[in-house]
Amino acid sequence: MGYLKIDHVDKRFRRGSASTEVLKDISLVIDKGEFVSIIGHSGCGKSTLLNIIAGLTPATTGGILLEGKEVNSPGPDRAVVFQNHSLLPWLSVYDNVALAVNKVFGRSKSRAERHDWIMHNLDLVQMGHAKDKRPAEISGGMKQRVGIARGLAMEPKILLLDEPFGALDALTRAHLQDSVMQIHAALGNTMIMITHDVDEAVLLSDRIVMMTNGPSARIGEVLDLKLARPRKRLELVSDRSYIAAREAVLKFLYERHRFVEAA
Amino acid sequence: MSITSIETIERNNGMGQAALKEAQAKVVALPAATAQVVSLPQAEAKSLPALLSAWLKPVLQNVVPPLITVALILLFWQIAASGPQSSLPPPTRIWEEAKDLIVEPFYWAGSQDIGLGWRILVSLQRVAIGFSLAAVVGVLLGALIGQSVWAMRGLDPVFQVLRTVPPLAWLPLSLAAFRDSQPSAIFVIFITAIWPVIINTAVGIRNIPQDYRNVAKVLRLNQIEFFFKIMVPSAAPYIFTGLRIGVGLSWLAIVAAEMLTGGVGIGFFIWDAWNSSRLSDIIVALVYIGVVGFVLDRLVAGIGSVVTRGTAQG
Repeated sequence: MGYLKIDHVDKRFRRGSASTEVLKDISLVIDKGEFVSIIGHSGCGKSTLLNIIAGLTPATTGGILLEGKEVNSPGPDRAVVFQNHSLLPWLSVYDNVALAVNKVFGRSKSRAERHDWIMHNLDLVQMGHAKDKRPAEISGGMKQRVGIARGLAMEPKILLLDEPFGALDALTRAHLQDSVMQIHAALGNTMIMITHDVDEAVLLSDRIVMMTNGPSARIGEVLDLKLARPRKRLELVSDRSYIAAREAVLKFLYERHRFVEAA
Repeated sequence: MSITSIETIERNNGMGQAALKEAQAKVVALPAATAQVVSLPQAEAKSLPALLSAWLKPVLQNVVPPLITVALILLFWQIAASGPQSSLPPPTRIWEEAKDLIVEPFYWAGSQDIGLGWRILVSLQRVAIGFSLAAVVGVLLGALIGQSVWAMRGLDPVFQVLRTVPPLAWLPLSLAAFRDSQPSAIFVIFITAIWPVIINTAVGIRNIPQDYRNVAKVLRLNQIEFFFKIMVPSAAPYIFTGLRIGVGLSWLAIVAAEMLTGGVGIGFFIWDAWNSSRLSDIIVALVYIGVVGFVLDRLVAGIGSVVTRGTAQG
């Protein structure tokens, strides 16, 4: 049956009489607790696919089923961690998370419970100490941590991560990847992450969905990763199945679906 | 590009492994760093005059130049207006004739014989009512235009035409409608101040980043929550630009409106002084108006910079 079902999704953008087909016949079933990465060259429509799952962009045909019910508008059950963090600059770190928590749990939790829940989520991403700072006063990595805390605090059925670490330097990125792995291990969330980083995809995912180049991007291949968890970055470097998985993804991206325009 | 990049990655990877092995193999004992205590020169306790001068310096730097300018203007004016043929009074004569107005802004001696401070307050009250209405209605209409394409197509052309009508041209119409000078003056302030508020708010709302809208969508904020939690704070810098222009325009309009409607305001005082040829009083009133206008502008700008502290920075 599957937890989340992406059912024959097509997406065409129309501008006047011209119409471009971005996504063609995307079907994918994701189980509860799974970590799925979607990888592909830039412009292949990965972000469009994520936006369709989030409900921010409507699919032209086909649809998204979550627990057997169709979802076609955005909602907190599919929280999004945006690429550029999208924190509201006039609110403190605490208030940014509180905005989400008060909206989602305003009725079901008391004021004190909500406060505890906000602090719990900030502590989960190690940002409790900066709760009174404004987004402009913290680093890019910290902003993204708060973005993740805001997403988690909605207690979503699925957490959607849109190239969450794309704008960060390599060291900060590795640090945040470890955090995400820990959170995934502790909470068992279902997560879908868009990325263009092969190592990131292999390190974090249970499955990697590889997309062909657009226009009319399809799912080219789905790679099942059978690496034991918890995964350790350094141990994996020489792990046979890790190397094989990396190789498979790299071959897909650079041999079979080279991004011609970028070369 | 793509093939070389595989090679590079693999090569880097191999090198990384080699480096790792090496690093594991060799454990080199480093000489323990010895701690050294470096004595820093003690900061001298600043003497009171030094502190005072540090505080005074920027004040003097900002206050002295305008004082010199004012002194030069007064001097030039004194020389230019001293001749027997001069039609305008020089500063010295203004001081002699209108000393009570200058030094005692809040005296009260009968309903029309009151200090300029009181008159300013009456005018300010009208501006406060008219401007507050304009601010509230302007932000709401601006939000509507900024948010809805159809509202913009329908309303924007009308607003663009109406906003070019000079404030005083509204006065006869408003007198006819309200049949009283007080609400008419307030209406003139309202109609003068509202256009920049509407237009700037609309621009600010059109410029709300798509990311903030997406956040609101994911959270399912309703229209009212979206207005107060995303729209107003995000557009606040624009809104305050509009309010600042608006308050300046309404102060311009109130003086003119009061000249025509009468009453106790500062505008009527000038008209009254002109009718009884008290030029010195008019000049004093002009200075009052200028100073109050300046303060109003700074006040709105100050509130704006406090309110939009977080918004301006990305």
